[in-house]
Amino acid sequence: MHSFFHPTSPQAHVVTTLWWWMFGVGGAVWLIVVIAMLYAARARRGERGDDGLLHVSESTHHAMERTVIGAGVVTVVILLAFLAYDFSVGEALAQHPDRALTIELTGHQWWWEATYENPDPSKRITTANEIHVPVGRPVQIKLRSADVIHSFWVPNLNGKRDLIPGYVSSQWFTADTAGMYRGQCAEFCGLQHAKMALYIIAEPAAKFDAWLAASATTAPLPTDSATRFGEQVFLTASCAVCHSIAGTPAMATVGPNLTHIASRRTIAAGTLANNRANLTGWIVDPQAFKPGTLMPKSTLQPAELQALIAYLETLK
Amino acid sequence: MSLRSLSGLLLAGGALLAPGCKREARPLESPSPGAPTLRVAEGVLQPGPTLISDTVEGPYDDNAYGTAMGQQLFVQMNCSGCHSNGGGGMGPALMDDEWIYGSAPQQIFSTIAEGRPNGMPSWKYKLNDKQIWELVAYVRSLSGLTPKGSRPGRMDHMMTSPAPNQTPNAKPKNTGLPNASKQP
Amino acid sequence: MTAPDANLPADVTLTDAAIAEEAATLDAVWRDAPGFWGWLTSVDHKSIGKRYLITAFLMFLAGGIEAAMMRAQLARPENAFLGPDRYNQIFTTHGTTMMFLFAVPVMNAMGLYFVPLMVGARNVAFPRLNAFGYWCYLVGVVFLYVSLFVNMGPDTGWTAYVPLSGPQFAPGHRVDVWAQLVTFTEIAALAAAVNIIVTTFKMRAPGMSLNRIPIFVWAQLVVSFMIVFAMPAVATGSTIMLAADRAVDTQWFNPAEGGDSLLWQHVFWFFGHPEVYIIFLPALGLITPIIETFSRRRVFGYSALVLANITTAFFAFGLWVHHMFATPIPELGQSLFTAASTLIAIPTGVQIFCWLVTMWSGRPRFTTAMLFVLGFFFTFVIGGITGVMLASVGFDQQAHDTFFVVAHFHYVLLGGAVLPLMAAFYFWYPKVTGRLLSERLGKWHFWLFVIGVNVTFFPMHILGLEGMPRRVYTYLEPTGWGSLNLLASLGAVVIAISVVIFVVNLVKSYWVGDVAGPDPWSSSGLEWATSSPAPSYNFLHTPIVGSRHPLWEPIADAPVLVGLRTDRREVLLTTTFDARPDSRNHHPNPSIWPLYVALCMGVTFIGSIFSPYFILGGIGLAFIGLAAWAWQSSHPAGHELIAAPEAEPV
Repeated sequence: MHSFFHPTSPQAHVVTTLWWWMFGVGGAVWLIVVIAMLYAARARRGERGDDGLLHVSESTHHAMERTVIGAGVVTVVILLAFLAYDFSVGEALAQHPDRALTIELTGHQWWWEATYENPDPSKRITTANEIHVPVGRPVQIKLRSADVIHSFWVPNLNGKRDLIPGYVSSQWFTADTAGMYRGQCAEFCGLQHAKMALYIIAEPAAKFDAWLAASATTAPLPTDSATRFGEQVFLTASCAVCHSIAGTPAMATVGPNLTHIASRRTIAAGTLANNRANLTGWIVDPQAFKPGTLMPKSTLQPAELQALIAYLETLK
Repeated sequence: MSLRSLSGLLLAGGALLAPGCKREARPLESPSPGAPTLRVAEGVLQPGPTLISDTVEGPYDDNAYGTAMGQQLFVQMNCSGCHSNGGGGMGPALMDDEWIYGSAPQQIFSTIAEGRPNGMPSWKYKLNDKQIWELVAYVRSLSGLTPKGSRPGRMDHMMTSPAPNQTPNAKPKNTGLPNASKQP
Repeated sequence: MTAPDANLPADVTLTDAAIAEEAATLDAVWRDAPGFWGWLTSVDHKSIGKRYLITAFLMFLAGGIEAAMMRAQLARPENAFLGPDRYNQIFTTHGTTMMFLFAVPVMNAMGLYFVPLMVGARNVAFPRLNAFGYWCYLVGVVFLYVSLFVNMGPDTGWTAYVPLSGPQFAPGHRVDVWAQLVTFTEIAALAAAVNIIVTTFKMRAPGMSLNRIPIFVWAQLVVSFMIVFAMPAVATGSTIMLAADRAVDTQWFNPAEGGDSLLWQHVFWFFGHPEVYIIFLPALGLITPIIETFSRRRVFGYSALVLANITTAFFAFGLWVHHMFATPIPELGQSLFTAASTLIAIPTGVQIFCWLVTMWSGRPRFTTAMLFVLGFFFTFVIGGITGVMLASVGFDQQAHDTFFVVAHFHYVLLGGAVLPLMAAFYFWYPKVTGRLLSERLGKWHFWLFVIGVNVTFFPMHILGLEGMPRRVYTYLEPTGWGSLNLLASLGAVVIAISVVIFVVNLVKSYWVGDVAGPDPWSSSGLEWATSSPAPSYNFLHTPIVGSRHPLWEPIADAPVLVGLRTDRREVLLTTTFDARPDSRNHHPNPSIWPLYVALCMGVTFIGSIFSPYFILGGIGLAFIGLAAWAWQSSHPAGHELIAAPEAEPV
């Protein structure tokens, strides 16, 4: 799910392969040093002199010289070899293919805003915390920060890249296997740094296109009285002050876009599974799950809350 | 150093630093302070007995975190749309010492929650009490009415005005009129 | 030294009574004033060194308690022991304490205590500056911990990255506490560095040319130069840039007004990387004398070891960007730092090879000190290897800011600095206190500590590669990180037990440990040529030195230095390279002004957080102290050149 040991992109593969080489050679070096140390520790060499010290012969001294120089040379060779390997890995990671799908990711305290650009404005998608990508197609994630430094890191797919205010950085990957990959913010960003996760869902191209088309639609109109009331609650209570739902007057960008909230697998940046109980609990008191989060406690009456949940569940 | 004098020194130091506790607290899980229960006056002219007493402190006036949250809310709720980072525009300036509807914490709370004539919206159904008190603390810090240590520093935006922690303390004047200083 | 010598002036006879009388005279001149006032005014490097060691050790314990709290919180997913705000303060204080208040000061302390003894001097070059440095450090310690207890502990990490630590996102004064703490520790480190450099260059025993000074003194010398170049960077960054951004609206790190968040990282890590070598190199220097003594062999490759120290120091200044491989900086630039970060392993490797062949060529005897040296080899090499792994940009971009890095740096710090330091404690405790530490308790301490460190930190390599980032106050249950975290927390318990045993050993042995003579280990350095603990004047007569191992290769008839005044504090200055006698110098008597000026610095820097007027007031008050300090120095007969001797005895 989020393990470096299960690479699912060529970028991650090349690094994991490097890791196993480094682990193997490094482990062997450590073992040799420890064995040499134990061997040296059990040594009983040298003749005791009048000064109370031990003295060794010329040839032993030469052996010592050869050992140190030899070990030094071997060390240099191994390090230079790894240096060359490192550079070739860097070269591989620096390949930036042209046909990439570009996703704009903006880091906030403590959630991820994702935008899929499109020349047709009606097809622009803004979502949060869950990104879909097609398998086999290069993806470029453009990274910006709205406040402090965050870091985008999905171990299965590639290394991390920092989101630094004032900079636009980029990370590339090509998912080679369908699956759900978890990432977590990897630069300390405040009180809820620990709970700022995101999911990248790699799916076959057809499924991805279907998702893209569905995400570009506006929210469905409420059909029954409960969901109509719920929509009213959303628009007139404090929700619309921060959140947006495409197709309604709610257009605020302070918090995550909720147009398709019901189709996300998690809420609160990967903190809770997206089900009715969690959604209700989160809205009633976000501080209970993420103390310090910027979403305030709700002041809704129970009936209003129920209707709101019913409405939100229609936003697939 | 004897244990006694050491503990005496520690106690004295602790007493000196006790104000630090309140300023530095991060009231994340504490219950939301409620709306003011006193009826507050909206202006200088009042029929009948004087309603306002300005002895109630805003709960976040001396709290750095709460004031900083107010600073964030000021940006997110687009208060600058009318008040322009404190300098005023369509709305009155918040950085100066003139207050139309009063500068006491509960008067400002009332202003934000209920709205005011000539365009100040009512926020009480949009922000909860805790958030409004945070805004109160921030608005008061803009003109130097809160303790200096808990006022926020500059934001990482364009510098349009000195940060609240650079603002000199100002004695508020309840003028009751918009742009009172510009009246003939 | 009790044999009569034909070269001495005729009126000096070395009877026991004469020696006792001379000792009493010297002691009367060099000892501290009596009572509490004497403690406050002491300028004796041993007294100050002991204070530094005790305070730094207490900081080690405090940092350990913070670590224990962190491990308690992380032992289970979604644990409620510490909330996010408290956890952030605790982990920041843990890192800040360990790096600024333990690791560097303890190495400075070892230097300030032992370098004068190892080079045959009576004190450091600037005794009052030494005292001043300690008092500034103590002000910093008290300041940080009082702030922590009033909920004003810094909470943005020991690295305090902007914009999180900037004025918008770090309300209140917590980060200002951090910024000013850095100032105090930086002043103390600079004071220690300057003292060690000048003492090492100018106050060595005659005949101890630069190629004869102990390896530990070389390490301290090299590190002192590193401190001089590295510390100003962090002081500039924290005091002039960050504190100013927060307090007076400067724009150093505000991109909207032309500043840059990355600038902080460059300035901080330009200091931060040399900092870890400032901690590591003195620890390496401690290893050589221990291996030599217990293998009964002179170390192999003295020149190689010295050159390795110097090379490491230079390289260390060219590595800092490896902390920033995840930032959007040009790839070609990153490659340079990959190369430097990889190649710096070579000099350290050479040192290890020299030590191993030294042991191999002798008959190593395993006292507790030597056990800790073995523990160093076992543990540090793991950290060194993961360090070379992290030099690779591609791998670092996966492992950066995860528990893999936490594992790496704890392995190199605990394995590479703390284990040699503990070895040094067992080796030199008799010299400081006159008593030996218990070997039995020492062995328990050793095994539990090494096992505990490995059980705690090895699983963190895996946790990091399984996706767990650093500086998280908790983690969710479905991540699957719970069991390794629990294992790490259990290892922390083992470490805690071993440290308790160590403390018991230190305290108990002070009262009832075996009495150590001047040279319990039959070692080679000059510090073992005087009593344990050393008298206030260090050496009755400074020995003339003829080799790298003065006590193993004494000059026939053991010539000593005579002729310095004994009615006031006088020391001999020698030339830099060959240590030929050069001039006499009058050293200061105990003085209260270092403490006074340090307190004024406290007022200045702590007050600056609250109001700029404190800066004016504090500096004004400090000026009075500095004037009095300088007044005390202006003594009529301060400095007399000596005529060069005609014959060269060595």
